[in-house]
Amino acid sequence: MTAQTAPFQICRAAPLRRRYAAAAEGQTAQERAAVTATEPDLAALMTAVRDRQDRAAFAALFRHFAPRIKGFLIKSGTEAALAEECAQDVMATLWHKAHLYDPARAGVATWVFTIARNRRIDLARRDRRPEPEDLPWMQDGTEPDQAELFEAAEENRRLAQALADLPEKQRALVQRAFWGDRSHSELAAETGLPLGTIKSRLRLALDRLRTRMS
Amino acid sequence: MAPYPITHHLTDDLLMSYAAGTLPEAFALVAASHVSLCDECRARLGAYEALGGAVLDTEAEAMTDDALERGLAACLSRLDRPAPVQRPAMRQGPLPGPLADWIGGGLETVRWRPLGMGVRQAILPTSRRATARLLHIPAGVAVPDHGHRGTELTLVLQGAFRDETARFGPGDVEVAGQELDHQPVAEPGVDCICLAATDAPLRFNALLPRLLQPLFRI
Repeated sequence: MTAQTAPFQICRAAPLRRRYAAAAEGQTAQERAAVTATEPDLAALMTAVRDRQDRAAFAALFRHFAPRIKGFLIKSGTEAALAEECAQDVMATLWHKAHLYDPARAGVATWVFTIARNRRIDLARRDRRPEPEDLPWMQDGTEPDQAELFEAAEENRRLAQALADLPEKQRALVQRAFWGDRSHSELAAETGLPLGTIKSRLRLALDRLRTRMS
Repeated sequence: MAPYPITHHLTDDLLMSYAAGTLPEAFALVAASHVSLCDECRARLGAYEALGGAVLDTEAEAMTDDALERGLAACLSRLDRPAPVQRPAMRQGPLPGPLADWIGGGLETVRWRPLGMGVRQAILPTSRRATARLLHIPAGVAVPDHGHRGTELTLVLQGAFRDETARFGPGDVEVAGQELDHQPVAEPGVDCICLAATDAPLRFNALLPRLLQPLFRI
């Protein structure tokens, strides 16, 4: 394969390689307001958990994500009671790994997804998951600038909208590709669609997302 | 910065499956190793994980307030317990962190077996859905001409090889499907070390390797 373009520009290599000081000096009024806001700003909540071990912010994140993690695990074949228990595991992991949270690197939902995915892989006891090396952090201790953070949040919002706007069949397939503990060929067997159809439908969906994100 | 100018990358299909967590171990090992070396694929993986995040975020399973608050209380009570310590994957010479972790050390811990013509291999323990092996090909030596029944991923860790399609140097990954018949030849100079994974036995075109195939589990 020769070089390909990224499917959509959520992450860039340069911001990925920047280090942010783990402990911020106090928080902004905006962040403080977000903790009690009705529509919680997830990134600000997560920053509060990271910088001040803020349990109220954690509770708000739990109320937002626990039903989503439970739904995700049920859709990948986990029984409801176990899924609820695992949602607690995932949120506890989020708390314990909070010092690694970097808002310029990934949205909170993305981060929760990766932890939930790893929990699902453990549950299935089929294949372990080797993880890539961590990026070597540069020692400049700079904070991400606000414009960059705003842009990152905006990109995640646009991606969610683009996903919602996909034609039903394409969206359903993208969802199943991420929910399930199934490979693309297993998806083919399960849906009765030929593997070629699965792959081309996924490709169409990704092309559409790419167009919307460009 | 990434030490190598990488020109051969993982496919969208592989990266999306790695992000979704559905690759067999052997393929995931190649993906994790390549991403460790390649900023571009790390960024593309990030985009697929963001898509996973969007999928997770858009649908919630209804939970009663009562169930939610009980779950929260149970979760809060666990937060002060010590967290499990995770050791970050560390690179060992030409072995990317996830690979060094998998084999439990650097190249010196690898137990090579001769394959003939000076070529050596070490099969790595993985789930049975696909197999992974390290290959050591002396500089200038050719691997027997072969085709593929499934997918074969070959990640170069040291040295370089050429086949009918291109040249592959350190960090490059060749994704070979059923359509490709090739004869990789290690470049002169440095011995070539690769991580190769396949989900179906290779198809050798000469009689001798075919006879030896079951013996070497290729």
